[in-house]
Amino acid sequence: MGFFNIMDMSVDQIVLQLTGITKTFGKLVANENISLYLRAGEILALLGENGAGKTTLMNILFGHYVADSGHIEVFGEPLTPGSPNAALTHGVGMVHQHFTLADNMTVLDNITLGTEPLFAIKRGSRAARKKIQSLVDRFGLEVDSKALVKHLSVGERQRVEILKALYRDSRILILDEPTAVLTPQESENLFVTLKLLAEQGLAVIFISHKLKEVIGASDRCCVLRHGRVVFESKTSETSAEKLARAMVGGDIPQTSKVVQEVGPEIFRLQNVSISGQDGTTYLNDIDLSLYQGEILGIAGVAGNGQAHLADLVSGMISPGSGQLFLAGKQLKKITPAAMVAHGVGRIPQDRTTTGLVGDMTIEENMVLENYKQKNYSSFGLLRFNNLRKRALDLIAQFDIRCPGPKATTRQLSGGNMQKLILARVLAENPKIILACQPTWGLDVGAATFVHNQLLAAKKRGAAVLLVSEDLDELLGIADRIHVIYHGRLTPAVSPEATDVSALGLAMSGHADVIAKRLPRSIPKDSQEQAGEVAQ
Amino acid sequence: MRIEARENVSWLAKLAAPAVAAIIAMAVCAILILWTGASPVEAYSLLFSGALGSKFAVSETLTRATPLIFTGLAAALAFRAKLWNIGAEGQLYLGACMATWLGTGMFDLPALVMVPLLFLAGALAGGVLLLGPTLLKTKLGVDEVVTTLLLNFIVILFVNWLVFGPWKDPMAMGWPQAAPVIDSAVLGQILSKTRLHWGFAIALFFAILSWVLVRFTSWGYEIRAVGLNQHASRFAGIPVDKVVVRTALISGGLAGFAGVSELCGLRGYLTLDLSPGFGYSGIVVAMLAALHPLGVVLSALFVAVISIGADSMSRSLNISNYISEVATAISLLAVLASMFFSHYKIRWR
Amino acid sequence: MDILTLLFETGFWIAIVRMATPLIFGTLGELICERAGVLNLGIEGIMAAGCMSGWMWVYLGGDLWTGVLFAAFIGAVFGLLHALFTVYWGLSQHVTGLGITMLASALSSFVFRMMLPKATTPPKIVPFQPLDIPVLSDIPFVGEVLFSQSPLTLLALVTIVLVSYIIYRTPLGLALCMTGENPMAVESQGLSVFAIRTCAVMIGSALMAVGGAFLTLSAFDAYYIGMVNGRGWICIALVVFSSWKPGKALLGAMLFAAFDALQMRVQQQSVSIVPYQFYLMMPYIFSIVALIVMSRKASYPKALLIPFRHGER
Repeated sequence: MGFFNIMDMSVDQIVLQLTGITKTFGKLVANENISLYLRAGEILALLGENGAGKTTLMNILFGHYVADSGHIEVFGEPLTPGSPNAALTHGVGMVHQHFTLADNMTVLDNITLGTEPLFAIKRGSRAARKKIQSLVDRFGLEVDSKALVKHLSVGERQRVEILKALYRDSRILILDEPTAVLTPQESENLFVTLKLLAEQGLAVIFISHKLKEVIGASDRCCVLRHGRVVFESKTSETSAEKLARAMVGGDIPQTSKVVQEVGPEIFRLQNVSISGQDGTTYLNDIDLSLYQGEILGIAGVAGNGQAHLADLVSGMISPGSGQLFLAGKQLKKITPAAMVAHGVGRIPQDRTTTGLVGDMTIEENMVLENYKQKNYSSFGLLRFNNLRKRALDLIAQFDIRCPGPKATTRQLSGGNMQKLILARVLAENPKIILACQPTWGLDVGAATFVHNQLLAAKKRGAAVLLVSEDLDELLGIADRIHVIYHGRLTPAVSPEATDVSALGLAMSGHADVIAKRLPRSIPKDSQEQAGEVAQ
Repeated sequence: MRIEARENVSWLAKLAAPAVAAIIAMAVCAILILWTGASPVEAYSLLFSGALGSKFAVSETLTRATPLIFTGLAAALAFRAKLWNIGAEGQLYLGACMATWLGTGMFDLPALVMVPLLFLAGALAGGVLLLGPTLLKTKLGVDEVVTTLLLNFIVILFVNWLVFGPWKDPMAMGWPQAAPVIDSAVLGQILSKTRLHWGFAIALFFAILSWVLVRFTSWGYEIRAVGLNQHASRFAGIPVDKVVVRTALISGGLAGFAGVSELCGLRGYLTLDLSPGFGYSGIVVAMLAALHPLGVVLSALFVAVISIGADSMSRSLNISNYISEVATAISLLAVLASMFFSHYKIRWR
Repeated sequence: MDILTLLFETGFWIAIVRMATPLIFGTLGELICERAGVLNLGIEGIMAAGCMSGWMWVYLGGDLWTGVLFAAFIGAVFGLLHALFTVYWGLSQHVTGLGITMLASALSSFVFRMMLPKATTPPKIVPFQPLDIPVLSDIPFVGEVLFSQSPLTLLALVTIVLVSYIIYRTPLGLALCMTGENPMAVESQGLSVFAIRTCAVMIGSALMAVGGAFLTLSAFDAYYIGMVNGRGWICIALVVFSSWKPGKALLGAMLFAAFDALQMRVQQQSVSIVPYQFYLMMPYIFSIVALIVMSRKASYPKALLIPFRHGER
């Protein structure tokens, strides 16, 4: 579609108007009477915690959902609801949070899908490649159109997603949490690109919960909380603190990080390497030591090997080479059951697919790892009374909001599911805890709860391995931080000796910038208050 | 259109699904009966009286339900672990073969020893037959639906060869059948002057046993967990492959029981038409029962009623008894759809 | 009997291509369904339904080609039913497929018995006669094997070329493949996953039914219950064997037909140590072997068996 001529538009023209958008899912009110506008050449940041309703709103705009009430006008024309095709035709393009790309097909395939008449006799591949190349040259989004998507890095995949929208002559670009999977440096590059697009007359909305980048990259910002617009202003006229307060609706709960004496080494990876069947190296000669009474953080962008590291410590995979040592003894058999027996508590990255059996009850999920213990089964028969009692105890102790122990787990909110997993893990007093993205998708309250539980475990003397893509989380509660890049670990640093940009550089491979290695225990006298988790 | 999961599925809704399915099946078949020119009312009354209208009719229905209970249990247990055992037909026949091999004169033991021995041997044959496709699934990721199905054809050809070839009974006057099982292997009648045999009681016993297994034991817990979320089960330390293999042995064994039961209780000798598709009907029985072992007994009775009733109906009216297969197939699709509607709401955009 | 001499015999190859025809249609039909992300286990029943309905149409006075169309129509109807359950309602593709197979088979048997109750030997029709294409069928060997076959066989070969071209060279084919790889990608480019999947399943089922109709309208001239005899299941294995590629599907179908033809020859030789039942087992055994062999390399459509639900993110 090329009928939007930049010359015809004045810079201040309103290109997008949402009025009174309301959307409920059953009892949950996701969006309530939201009104927004957007001008040409403007970058609007849509802020809010997890669950505030930002993605829902953008999905309504793009046509994945239909609003219960309200209407949308694009370039002065009403937008047909519920049709991504209508949105695309009107010039609205979306870069989804979870990339909508087919791994087994080429970049060209993914970009040209749906752009040609369905019953055409031929595909116009040559013309398409030319147009893609011109977009690449114009906006610096380097990518090879013949490559298969599965061979691309995360940053490259995002470029394909953006190219998809630009190829369709989008004049309004929506980006849903675009920096969630990027290093700080890649994020900066993205924002440079967005500014370039805005200068050419595109209007941009991006969703984020990271305040620092919002301040730097947007012209205006709008905060959602519990489905309503609670704050809106020009970015230059506000501050990160005001925005954070608006997002949370009050004071931000604090985690108290205590510095303590570190105990003996309890877990060690030595020369560990893992490769795939096709020869790709996931972990490359890793050495890692975990000590009692500390939280060791692993920072890194997805796809650098942390998933395999987590799988290894969980017992799901075995190393191709290298050894694991637990309290000095080498681990010969690496299976999930063996890890559980050795006292390793594992909080998996994905609650619903890996952590819980959604269609089983809460009390059944509570004993998923230890139903064979004498307490819970004897002679093969389950002891239901004990199951019930355990569930009730843990529900009370961890304040899990649920209809009762016999409710199915599927009904629980994300935060309560995470509490269930925490309860299951922490009730066994594990010596070692693996926490993988433990606060992903949680609101500030739930995230703080998780952090406090991990800190309490550390206080009891447990060793916590915290794998996270959230640098603020790591800087907030970890005692030492490794960065993982292409399957290798940088030397550990303490959060005091580094910062987001240094870690960011390490995450994109410039490990020489990271601070010098620190001694094992950090002799400090004072407590330290961690920064705002909301960022 | 959007689909929203209902938060709480009530007991009543869960029971409604198979009931609604049965009604839909009856309704569609009524249309078919109309097409043939007969009266649905007359046809259905003949069907019910033929299946339940006299002591003999009821005994026939229960006799017909016996193998269906076994194959229904086989399917129900396997499906709970998301092991799609479509090979119950072959496992049934192999169980019957095993019983024929051991029970037609190889040795003679008192009935109290002989019968359990034959059942055990039949179960072993059925279980081992399912083991192949199961190991292919756990080790190589080969879809077990097709492999178990193809094995059915292979086993039936095997039986064909046995019955026309080395096991052909010279005393059978040319009919392709094997020698009859010896007296101590025969399952006696429960009701005199009927064909209802002790296999029915054995089937009921195993239905109760299966229910206890699924509901109260740690084995049952493992089967359910693995079936509902294999990845989470593996992560939690449940030995997923072991559980699936164990389930396969039990499921194949139950289907093998069906073969032994039919052989030693009803027919007495191995023939090609020992099973008119009990293995496949077992799948419908299991789905109608929502995979509940006790429910299997009820749905097996339902399918048996339709089957026996249709036979009787076809003798009086000129309606092919294939209508029972049509009814069974529609019940399967209808119960699938009804389970959906009771678990989900459709929201129109 | 020397296998080598057999390989040089034109008659053997003619038989192979002829017997491959229903497998070609069935495999292509299933391939289209699976490329869109839907496993269609109704194939065995749909082939039976196509088999019976095509024959019945001609028996009642219709002509052969409209009989083929009618069979295709019946196939598409069952395909629509399958799509309603699996695409629209997102129900289990395994159970739905088995239900459709049971229903289609049972209905075919029922309708057949009701229309012809007294037949002990099935009544016959006049099937398709082998074509004699003017110039092409005079080519030695190739001419006889490819161009002197039944029109339906030629149609099968043409369909392979057509489906191949559509999948690899047209926007429609791209949309089809994408639907099986990542439905969300399709939806976010403004296309309808439901529409694409439903059409794919209907067209695939129509092809399957034509494959069934070949048995009664061309290969043989009468219908009997149980005629399809597992060919549908073999096609499912063949789709995996062919890595979802139409060209390889042709190869697979020919390979299996070759085993079938070989087995028939051996039976005819009468003097054989191995009982004929074991030869009849061969296609099924080889299907299992094919599945095992391909399981290592299988790069199946990523979204296969996963129902697409709007707004479940």
